[in-house]
Amino acid sequence: MADFDFPGGIHPPGRKALSAGAPLAQAPLPRQVILPMTQHLGLAAEPLVIPGQRVRTGEVIARAQGMISAPVHASITGIVSAIEERPVPHPSAAVGETRALCIVIDADYADEGFGELEQKDEGFGELERKDEGFGELEQKDDWLRMPPLDWRASDDDTLIERLHESGVVGLGGAGFPTAVKARVRQRHEIDTLILNAAECEPYITADDLALRHYSADILEGARLFARLTGAKRVVIGIEDNKPEAIEALNQALRHESSAEDVPFELKILPTRYPSGGEKQLVQLLTGREVPSRGLPAEVGVLCHNPGTLLAALRSVRDGEPLISRIVTLTGEALERPGNVEARLGTPLHELLRLAGLQAERLSRLIQGGPMMGFTLESDAVPLIKTSNCLIAATAEELPPVPREQPCIRCGACEAACPASLLPQQLYWFAKGGEHAKAELFNLFDCIECGACAYVCPSHIPLVQYYRASKGEIRAREQEARKAERARHRFEFRQARLAREEAEKQARRQARRQRPQAPPSTDDSVPAAHARPAPASDVDRSAQVRKLKIAQAAARAAVKKAEKNLARTSEAGQSDAAELDDLETQLATARENLQATEARLAALQGHDQDQARNSGKSEETPSS
Amino acid sequence: MLELLADNDILAAIAALLGMAVAFGAVLGFAGQYFKVEGDPVVEQIDALLPQTQCGQCGYPGCKPYAEAISQGDELNKCPPGGETTIAALADLLGREAKPLDGEAQDVPRVAYIREEECIGCTKCIQACPVDAILGAAKHMHTVIIDECTGCDLCVEPCPVDCIDMLPRSDEPEDRHWPRPPGPGRRPLQHIDAGLIASDRQSVREDDRAFLHG
Repeated sequence: MADFDFPGGIHPPGRKALSAGAPLAQAPLPRQVILPMTQHLGLAAEPLVIPGQRVRTGEVIARAQGMISAPVHASITGIVSAIEERPVPHPSAAVGETRALCIVIDADYADEGFGELEQKDEGFGELERKDEGFGELEQKDDWLRMPPLDWRASDDDTLIERLHESGVVGLGGAGFPTAVKARVRQRHEIDTLILNAAECEPYITADDLALRHYSADILEGARLFARLTGAKRVVIGIEDNKPEAIEALNQALRHESSAEDVPFELKILPTRYPSGGEKQLVQLLTGREVPSRGLPAEVGVLCHNPGTLLAALRSVRDGEPLISRIVTLTGEALERPGNVEARLGTPLHELLRLAGLQAERLSRLIQGGPMMGFTLESDAVPLIKTSNCLIAATAEELPPVPREQPCIRCGACEAACPASLLPQQLYWFAKGGEHAKAELFNLFDCIECGACAYVCPSHIPLVQYYRASKGEIRAREQEARKAERARHRFEFRQARLAREEAEKQARRQARRQRPQAPPSTDDSVPAAHARPAPASDVDRSAQVRKLKIAQAAARAAVKKAEKNLARTSEAGQSDAAELDDLETQLATARENLQATEARLAALQGHDQDQARNSGKSEETPSS
Repeated sequence: MLELLADNDILAAIAALLGMAVAFGAVLGFAGQYFKVEGDPVVEQIDALLPQTQCGQCGYPGCKPYAEAISQGDELNKCPPGGETTIAALADLLGREAKPLDGEAQDVPRVAYIREEECIGCTKCIQACPVDAILGAAKHMHTVIIDECTGCDLCVEPCPVDCIDMLPRSDEPEDRHWPRPPGPGRRPLQHIDAGLIASDRQSVREDDRAFLHG
């Protein structure tokens, strides 16, 4: 049992028995896959293939762009039939159908009568046997694997590079690129690796089944990550409603824990939502509280989902990129709920048909859990890296949302909040659009778990209010950043125009002086300048002084901008846009410096000329 | 001299005060020179609130000049791209009264698109763009860097063949955000989140009650 606790939490009915009973099955290979370029957090991947190109299973079809991104791999063997915008599952579906760039691959065997949806119950279990039991299909599923690596014998950079190339992202739901997480050592010291097997949300059993079937592999993946992050121990947090997974873990631990240097600790937690929330689990297992708006890494902890560790190990040990995942198919509208390991990009209706969807009973289709998931408008969207669960709910199971009633200030939400926030205050601020106050009350520490809305006797959709408020704040911040960037570009343009003008003047002056220069060997033309600048000696020296000050200031600005840029690019956390912006600022500073230098040179050249012309008796005004 | 001061309290007090006045005056004078602020900080603050489209719809050549004009007493309501929110923010900053916007507010953010097959490569739009967001060379097709375009309209006028359109900015899924729920008395938008399982909640309530009472 856990030694520590987190505040709040609720006890919704688990409903896990629905899908936890059936063994893990392999979904048959789909005839067509739709692979969105945004299956992860960060920038979208960039397609590397063209329509009509033949790709093999596991081949890279889109590469990562920028710091936080992940590549996409072909999940079946076939021909790229289209690269176009298609509807994809996305939380913002609420605002309208979400489309994103997708690569569509048609399987080679599409016309051979394959893809008949028969339930396979062989071929799971051992990873090596994954593609067995498909007979003829096996030849068609032509793999392109990367060379296997022995992680114990490879260095960190190789392993991280492999994780990056394999497109492994967090499979728990957020989809954060795992390779970025593996580099955490550069910034924070990690002493504990947490294997987040709590799976606290109702209905979902994907991690449960993964642990039952691949416990040894998952533990091996945990060892790999313990090495990468330098963690001194691995803590497994699992809720007590998964006895079979616990048993499997215990067995795997007994089996080979003897020779291991990293100690494993299995902690069984009482079932409570949201104990699987990253920050909550860290608090439960280690007693450390993640700081406000901070990351678990700041308290020396790193969390990983079992599925992610499994995918990471497969990518390293077997050279298999992330092209499939375990997904829970559940809900009362399904005849055969259960978990399947399916190729990414499989259209959801195929998976649902596999599980025996009774279309007439289906009232809502949800991706994710009932607490934090979102409703899908259509089942034509593909399975993506972050789809951990599909709930095909009947109307009785998920009745229409009741009307929102006024807040009676009962305070039940405050007692349920696992992040120790004040949901009621946040509700008022979000409703009134008082974003500054909402931020002051730590709106961004809200994990959107929905515990407050669950206990609310007035049926207020609190999380929706928070999300709306967060969205508005983010949009405003983004506009502000954009404006700042536009300002810098505008300033750069102004500086460039000024420099060009100054240079033009300098050239003009040089031209004017050239014909006079050769004859004036020593004292020929006494002040023959027809320029209307007789009273300007004092003026000019003041001007020169001013320009010199400006030059020094511009030089300082260049140095400052250089330093800023160097610091930011070294930190490596900033995105490309920010770096771009800093570069623009540096360029502006340089332009300014050049402009002042050009002006100064023009003025001084003119002065020297004049001094030469007006004889040696006069002192040069610029000195 | 010292004795005279020691004897005469009034004189001593005057001398002390005089001395202090001279000393502090010198310190303040020096500080005023040494820590002199370049530029007007209020202008910077105003500039930060303006939308930086550099469109010139206010009658000034850019946002910074308008910010300077505002600090010298010009009206706050001349910025259509900023709209009412900018006016409110400026009024808040300067303690002035917010006035309704002078002109038409933009409903959606727009960006410029060049119909590339019609472009003759005259570079006029490139010269007009205040943020260097148009790319191209003489007698070659030009194009707009959408991410940098502020939607200021300034390139539309100089184009001799009218091949520039102002189109709404395409919205990325990441840019969208959830609407606020409609409020008490109405059902929240059902399809927004899976929400709560009402039947389950009922049973949990009963469980909790049983737990509390038993």
